[in-house]
Amino acid sequence: MIANADFIQTMATTGNLALWTTIILLIIGLPIAYFLAYGDFKGKSAVEALICMPMVLPPTVLGFYILLAYSPQNSFGAMLEQYFDIRLAFSFTGVLIASVICSMPFMIQPLQNGLALLPSSYREASYTMGKSKTITFFKVLLPNIKGSIITAIAMTFAHCMGEFGIVLMVGGNMPGNTRVASIALYDEVQSLNYEAANQYALLMFVVSFIALTIIYSINKSRRI
Amino acid sequence: MKSLELKVKKKMHTTEGERYLEFTDKIDQGDFICLVGHSGCGKSTLLRMLAGLTNPDEGKISYGDEVWYDKQSGKNIEPQKRHIAYMFQDFALFPNMTVEQNIMFAQTKVDKEMIKELINIFGLNNLEKVRPTKLSGGQKQRVALARALASRPSILLLDEPLSAIDWHMRPALQDEIIKAHKYLGGISIMVTHDQQEANKMGDRIITL
Repeated sequence: MIANADFIQTMATTGNLALWTTIILLIIGLPIAYFLAYGDFKGKSAVEALICMPMVLPPTVLGFYILLAYSPQNSFGAMLEQYFDIRLAFSFTGVLIASVICSMPFMIQPLQNGLALLPSSYREASYTMGKSKTITFFKVLLPNIKGSIITAIAMTFAHCMGEFGIVLMVGGNMPGNTRVASIALYDEVQSLNYEAANQYALLMFVVSFIALTIIYSINKSRRI
Repeated sequence: MKSLELKVKKKMHTTEGERYLEFTDKIDQGDFICLVGHSGCGKSTLLRMLAGLTNPDEGKISYGDEVWYDKQSGKNIEPQKRHIAYMFQDFALFPNMTVEQNIMFAQTKVDKEMIKELINIFGLNNLEKVRPTKLSGGQKQRVALARALASRPSILLLDEPLSAIDWHMRPALQDEIIKAHKYLGGISIMVTHDQQEANKMGDRIITL
């Protein structure tokens, strides 16, 4: 395998994007999963459907709408430019926000399922012992869904590593900034540079394989 | 002497359709009450209303001078502040904690002497560092009882605590529950579908 500067730079961008997306989603995904698992509010099904949309919608569709939202010709993009002097289109931050939206179901679904599958008596027992909802969440619920948390992290990270459509739509293909491994792979194939293409493909294959092996070994150890 | 007074009404959705649970009673300190009745008559619902885990549709629940629930004034004290202990059918022992940690979790301020005493009383001496998944049904029940007593609750609520236990083990565990009730000296209310068990354990039997 030949590791050149372009390859390292692209993999660093890809890893950075996957890492930050996973961290951000873990932070915002836990409270969202909690409210979806235990909350009973009007419009819950609509919220669940909205969060799951990226799983069924082509990433290019999602990317198209996000790109429109980022555009200074629209209110959100104009507001960002006017008040904060920020342009999200074709920037790493813009791609990161899009990636967070696109990967949301991969983080939230395992967490929500993990929480929903815990017996309600755990929560209720903790409350009757005088423990607050926050203490119950961190000391009783979270430690008992460790498997779901690791699954959510592995799924989100692996999915982000292979992000293509949404990154291309929102971020373009700017080396060192928004060029990720899957786009670089496509470029290399288009240039008939199969050796370089294989480097990207092999690394993404290995990362996905490791992530899935982690998930399956956790699920297996939980069954025993 | 504090007593528990309740007058509640709750609409229930059962397999036989909708029905109303209406219950009025006054329970004195030191009483061991057994709630009996057929499935779906509202025994567990009544216990849950006392704990604050389910809200009545109408009525009032008070313990001594403290009003826990009053539909009219809109008062509803959360379960955390009712100072009760609730023993669930599945025992609800936390799998991420050891036996000792489960008991300790019930205390606001950790009282190691008391934990040691509870471990001795319920014969859990060699199981302190064991996780609940490794315990038998009877051992789980004893841990759940020890945990229920750890916060010295005013009221002990037991929701069919022996339903998952083999018949031959029940008499010994019934004695453990009576021991727990005497240790606390407060009010204990136990749901059971076994009339004989109720006759043996209850100072008073209430049929719903």
